[in-house]
Amino acid sequence: MSEINLTIDSEEIQVEEGASVLDAAKELGIDVPTLCYHPDLTIHGACRVCVVEDTESGQLLASCCTPAKDGMKINTRSAKARKARRRNVKLLLANHPNDCLGCDRNGTCELQDITYSLGISSDDMEELEGDIRENSIDETGPSLKRDPNKCILCGRCVRVCEEVQGVSALQFSGRGFDSVVQTAFDLPQSEINCANCGQCATVCPVGAITEISEIRNVWDAIEDDDKHVVVQTAPAIQATLGEEFGYEPGTVVTGKLVSALRKIGFDKVFSTEFAADLTIMEEGNELLKRIKGDKDLPQITSCCPGWVKFAEHNYPELLDNLSTAKSPQQMFSTLAKTYYAEETDIDPENIYTVAIMPCTAKKFEKDREEINDSGYKDTDAVLTTRELARMIREIGIDFVNLEEQDYDEMMGKSTGAGTIFGTTGGVAEAAVRTVKEKLTGEELERLDLGFQGVNEAEVEIGDRTLKVAIANGLARASELLDKVKAGECEYDFIEVMACPNGCVGGGGQPLPVDQEIKEKRGQGLSNIDETKTIRKSHENPMIVRLYEKYLGEPLGGDSHHLLHTTYKKRDRN
Amino acid sequence: MNETIYRSHILICTGTGCNSSGAEEVKHSLQEELAAHDLLDEIKLVDTGCHGFCEKGPIMVIYPEGVFYCELKPEDMEEVVEEHLLKGRTVNRLLFKEPMTEESIPSYQDIDFYKKQERIVLANCGKIDPENIDEYIASGGYESAGKALTEMEPEEIISEVKDSGLRGRGGGGFPTGLKWQFANSAESDKKYLVCNADEGDPGAFMDRSLLEGDPHRVIEGMIIGAYATGANEGYVYVRAEYPLAIERLEKAIKDAEEYGLLGENLFDSGFDFHLNIKKGAGAFVCGEETALMASIEGKRGMPRPRPPYPASKGLWGKPTNINNVETFGNIPYIINNGGEDFASVGTENSSGTKVFALTGKINNTGLVEVPMGTTLEEVIFDIGGGLAEGREFKAVQTGGPSGGCIPSDYLDLPIDYDSLLEVGAMMGSGGMVVMDDSTCMVDVARFFLDFTQSESCGKCTPCREGTKRMLEILNRLCEGDGQEGDIQLLEELASHIKETSLCGLGQSAPNPVLSTLHYFRDEYESHIHDKHCPAGVCSGMASAYVIDEDTCIGCGMCAKECPVDAISGEAKEVYEIDPDECISCGACEEVCPVDAISQG
Repeated sequence: MSEINLTIDSEEIQVEEGASVLDAAKELGIDVPTLCYHPDLTIHGACRVCVVEDTESGQLLASCCTPAKDGMKINTRSAKARKARRRNVKLLLANHPNDCLGCDRNGTCELQDITYSLGISSDDMEELEGDIRENSIDETGPSLKRDPNKCILCGRCVRVCEEVQGVSALQFSGRGFDSVVQTAFDLPQSEINCANCGQCATVCPVGAITEISEIRNVWDAIEDDDKHVVVQTAPAIQATLGEEFGYEPGTVVTGKLVSALRKIGFDKVFSTEFAADLTIMEEGNELLKRIKGDKDLPQITSCCPGWVKFAEHNYPELLDNLSTAKSPQQMFSTLAKTYYAEETDIDPENIYTVAIMPCTAKKFEKDREEINDSGYKDTDAVLTTRELARMIREIGIDFVNLEEQDYDEMMGKSTGAGTIFGTTGGVAEAAVRTVKEKLTGEELERLDLGFQGVNEAEVEIGDRTLKVAIANGLARASELLDKVKAGECEYDFIEVMACPNGCVGGGGQPLPVDQEIKEKRGQGLSNIDETKTIRKSHENPMIVRLYEKYLGEPLGGDSHHLLHTTYKKRDRN
Repeated sequence: MNETIYRSHILICTGTGCNSSGAEEVKHSLQEELAAHDLLDEIKLVDTGCHGFCEKGPIMVIYPEGVFYCELKPEDMEEVVEEHLLKGRTVNRLLFKEPMTEESIPSYQDIDFYKKQERIVLANCGKIDPENIDEYIASGGYESAGKALTEMEPEEIISEVKDSGLRGRGGGGFPTGLKWQFANSAESDKKYLVCNADEGDPGAFMDRSLLEGDPHRVIEGMIIGAYATGANEGYVYVRAEYPLAIERLEKAIKDAEEYGLLGENLFDSGFDFHLNIKKGAGAFVCGEETALMASIEGKRGMPRPRPPYPASKGLWGKPTNINNVETFGNIPYIINNGGEDFASVGTENSSGTKVFALTGKINNTGLVEVPMGTTLEEVIFDIGGGLAEGREFKAVQTGGPSGGCIPSDYLDLPIDYDSLLEVGAMMGSGGMVVMDDSTCMVDVARFFLDFTQSESCGKCTPCREGTKRMLEILNRLCEGDGQEGDIQLLEELASHIKETSLCGLGQSAPNPVLSTLHYFRDEYESHIHDKHCPAGVCSGMASAYVIDEDTCIGCGMCAKECPVDAISGEAKEVYEIDPDECISCGACEEVCPVDAISQG
């Protein structure tokens, strides 16, 4: 590829052919504001906020979609460019509710940031006052809320849903001023083929798509003296929550997280990693059983509720291949209201279970009808990482200076295998660690199988080769599964996570986010795994105890009843 | 084969225009009369495409005399058969009368509307049966495709098209030969050729008429274009609102396939070309080439940034060449007669002819084809027969919603791509809307902006949001709520939208406002400062005029002047203005000798 030389704001820069003017400006450290641009998505060229001036022709160019050309002279700061940029932002604001105070994205809104940095005041808006769109807000959820009135039609949600997830639950509709992003036939969010992954919410620059908040319910439970509130935290949280409080992505804040949860008032602070170890016990044994019976292979993971719903809509013929093991969140909650209740002699009716998740689909999962086996609603509330951060802020916790505390023992003890559930390849790796030892009876020598970022791997287990495939992002998962369906490739075990990079890239994680940040978060989890003393699920003493005292054998009577579930075919609306 | 020799041919227009004014019924009546008079073996009735003179439809021409009958009704057919066909006497009352002279003109070629036209693209329209491929071939059709594919290299064709100076007839005016060269030099295992028949300008029907009247000409142009650019598959993207054009095109494609003119190994040259029709759902923006391609691919018709241009990445990511219907319609002529011959017609930088859909407040509305360089005056007055109802010319709008309004000062302007741009309008696809002195230019601007706003794809901010704000300003001007600073804000928004919009729709959407602001600024000012619509169109404008009882002398001059008969009264008594009828034009106030009238 040839090199291109151009000048931006009087500075010379060399970029590879194909780079945009925006790319070139970024390399020079020039921050051209953008709204529809997202580094992980295709170029859309719609918001026209990134306009810069070509000093030779005086033309305004949208820098995101203008290829850098040899000899180009660009001014990103000219009065003309800044005026046009301001005008486009003002046009967006003129059709925006501008009720920042009541918005979930107050403080993390990109439109708000740009409005501030361009120095646009309310007075500037008077001349453009006129009609404002009035569309109904979709709060049917159960995971995501869509407010089309806040939407600036940047199309990032449309693109992530189509390009990364292959779902295309959202599309542009209508024309002109009546243009709107909506579901097919404007069906309610709850009735469509949406996986609830929340990737749309992570790329939305404004508050048009947000999680349905359960913060109030959780406060109500905490403040109810009759309730015993038990919280579990998903593995990925510990490497992402810090971002909300100024830490670099990937910084591990486990101890402070536990400490903050106690300050909020949770009665017991447990870890979902404990349940992840349990999942491995069940799912691993299920795999062993399937391998022995040569039945329903490949076995496909079922811990990701976004993927499960996606499969129910799009791959009903593969539902028998899904592991029947519940997700760690649901295993935890079932046991909290059975095993834990018995052990602590607390009436399960008074136990309120809260899950802190990197995920919006977990809110949907908790409401699945078939998933309540404790006799009560297994999971009462699911909070995203972002919601937890708001609760921490609400009561004025100085997060950075918190002391580090440990999880409560009984359901807080976990292994490195449980930790890496939060990143792509982690579930497969955790499963292989246990399955290999169970099958061969030999200690696994090398623990870091390096499944992160790979698509497939082969592991020699005795005289058998275990073929593993890993997919993150639903579009990539579809490609893989289509090949499996067509008989083009054979696997024993497939790990699917709906979100790119797995739970570290989940729909409930801190904002803003891009590929680079997700990778740092994943690295954070790997670091925890490496430093843990126990790194195999079956060696978790509290899991051993659980089976001895309560469950019996994996896949056995109580395990089968409490820890396994079913799936159903869903329409492709 | 036993061919019947007919003594007369009756060419009856069955284009959409004539059909909508009753051509089908006229035809049935004629058939019945011919049968009743036992003439079916002597007289041949031919359905043709558009003759262009839609204002006067239904139309028929009887050969060999070439007598042109217009505004026909089913009950006229008995007389036509008995008088004209049996007795050889022209039915004078059905002849065309020149609007200026009231003179009846029997012959087609002598009517001013046709006399001043030069028909290259429309040569066959109205003369052959568009549903009969043999008639097209008999008129020399598919000769140039044969010549191109068997005697010429793609590069030679491109060079001929370059020599012709042909520029895109869809509006942009990009040199066709150059466009073909880009597509030709793109390397790919697959290339596409697309005909843009998504004619969406209000009042425009050039492409529809050509497809209805001579579909094979377009197909032939496409075959040549496909061979020149190396495309083996083509699409005609045509609006679903053109059912007759689609029907005739479908038949033409089928017939051409049966004759081996489409499909595999055309003219034994080894070249394959398959042609498909894609019906558009009627979005104006799908005339924009990247939106059009998205629509063919089954996606929402939304433009994308260029580059990459279609010539490198078009349909399904493959090199694609897109031309307009009329552009393809010129190609057979260029290959048959040579680029130089074509270039000798028209002006230096705009060669050939251009088809215009002449509409508005004009006597002879219809479809006309004139050499580039013909003046506006010739088109509007000589061909169009001047303004209807004897009113005065005010402006002509060219280029559709992307174009501009040209005032009477420029009536002597020779029409070509560059001259129109210079006066703030544009060629566009060929819409020409004539406006008389009863037209309010603010209202005209509002009409076009309302159109572009509701047809904006909604993708980019300036077009979606900016045109809405401009429209709101125009609305308040027309409602009498204009404010100081509105003109300046309109101008600022207009230049902003032009400069920062993603596609041609947004970049040209403000043109009607800018051109009317340029030439008719006083009308805008009057709407704002005086709350007065000089043309008396904006009814939501200022309040009605009232007559002061004490001052009125009952002369009645106001009632005579009132253009809408809103004033009544008896001589020497106090006159009265009906506020519901009054359009606030102010004509009464001007003529009142005693200043008894004022705005209420």
